[in-house]
Amino acid sequence: MTNTQARNTKVMNRFDLTQRLVTKLKDEAVIGGIGNTNFDLWAAGHRPENFYMLGSMGLAFPIALGVALAQPKRRVFALEGDGSLLMQLGCLATIATLAPKNLTMVVMDNGIYQITGSQPTPAAGHTDLIAVAVASGLANSSWAADEDDFERLIEQSMSATVPTLIGVRIDDKPGTGTTRRDPVQIRERFMHGMGVRQPL
Amino acid sequence: MDQIAVHQDSATSTDWPVAIYRTLKDFGVAQLSYVPDAGHSKLIKLSHADRAIKTTVLTTEEEGVALSAGAWLGGDRAVLLMQSSGVGNCVNMLSLMASCRFPLLTLVTMRGEWAEFNPWQIPMGKATPQAFEIMGVTVLRLDNPDDAEEVISAAASLAYDGDQQVAVLISQRMIGRKKWTKETH
Repeated sequence: MTNTQARNTKVMNRFDLTQRLVTKLKDEAVIGGIGNTNFDLWAAGHRPENFYMLGSMGLAFPIALGVALAQPKRRVFALEGDGSLLMQLGCLATIATLAPKNLTMVVMDNGIYQITGSQPTPAAGHTDLIAVAVASGLANSSWAADEDDFERLIEQSMSATVPTLIGVRIDDKPGTGTTRRDPVQIRERFMHGMGVRQPL
Repeated sequence: MDQIAVHQDSATSTDWPVAIYRTLKDFGVAQLSYVPDAGHSKLIKLSHADRAIKTTVLTTEEEGVALSAGAWLGGDRAVLLMQSSGVGNCVNMLSLMASCRFPLLTLVTMRGEWAEFNPWQIPMGKATPQAFEIMGVTVLRLDNPDDAEEVISAAASLAYDGDQQVAVLISQRMIGRKKWTKETH
């Protein structure tokens, strides 16, 4: 868990926040990053518009960027862990360059690699990922102070004119579900959900 | 940029990037991402000038692999441009394309082969075909400018229609001998 003094943010729970997000959704796309992030997305209720990543650590935001560019009229959410984002910090600058207004990114920050034994990340306690995002050119980036603030930021992002990034401090609890892993089924179901593929 | 003129030009030995661009247009490519290379500069310019292609400059090649996946998920065809030095960066992320059976079309300008003067470029250049092949990517070579349309078209069919991951290695000989920068003592 990070403990940056500048942050006065409540430590929340990933599954609870994911449920709060999913409750608000209709036909929006959600890209769930590797590990606990997509396990909680799976547990929050299966939707065809969800893409679950069980590999490719760090690529949730770049995948979401591709979807957001391909489907500019659809809102695309991307959920990513802090450890994963650290692997691909450069993508924040890439996204800031393209600036798709239909992209909402959420960083679930517990400062640890929970799934591999809760080892602290190199960023834990001193790297402020929202400050990194702002400095990368994503001006509409902020920490959610608590659950209500998270919901407010999600709703605000739905009509934003620039990409949104929301940081949430979360606890060290593991994910609550176990995503079914067949990659081609996950892809096909998502593409049906996006209306770009018809079932056979 | 006069796009009509570009489309009507016939490819010559010096304007193979135009032939590539035209072939990508014929295949309906709607997203192009790249880590720049001098050998790709003309194609990059053509892409930026084309409002029908969403063009993304990347910080690293893995991002482009992901962008190609996301584009396909959203119904777009994508192409990824890089230099051979970037191929090693992608290796783990090529799993994403193989697992989910995402098409990947990547055009790679080669370093470390024909008349290479910089020893730092050579190991990755020499390992480029194998780096793709160990991850199941089909490797095609483009050695002759006159073959640009045919090779890119074959690669695009294999990728977009055959659901394969395909890399076209564009020969360093085709791009032209790099100008030596004299080392100083």
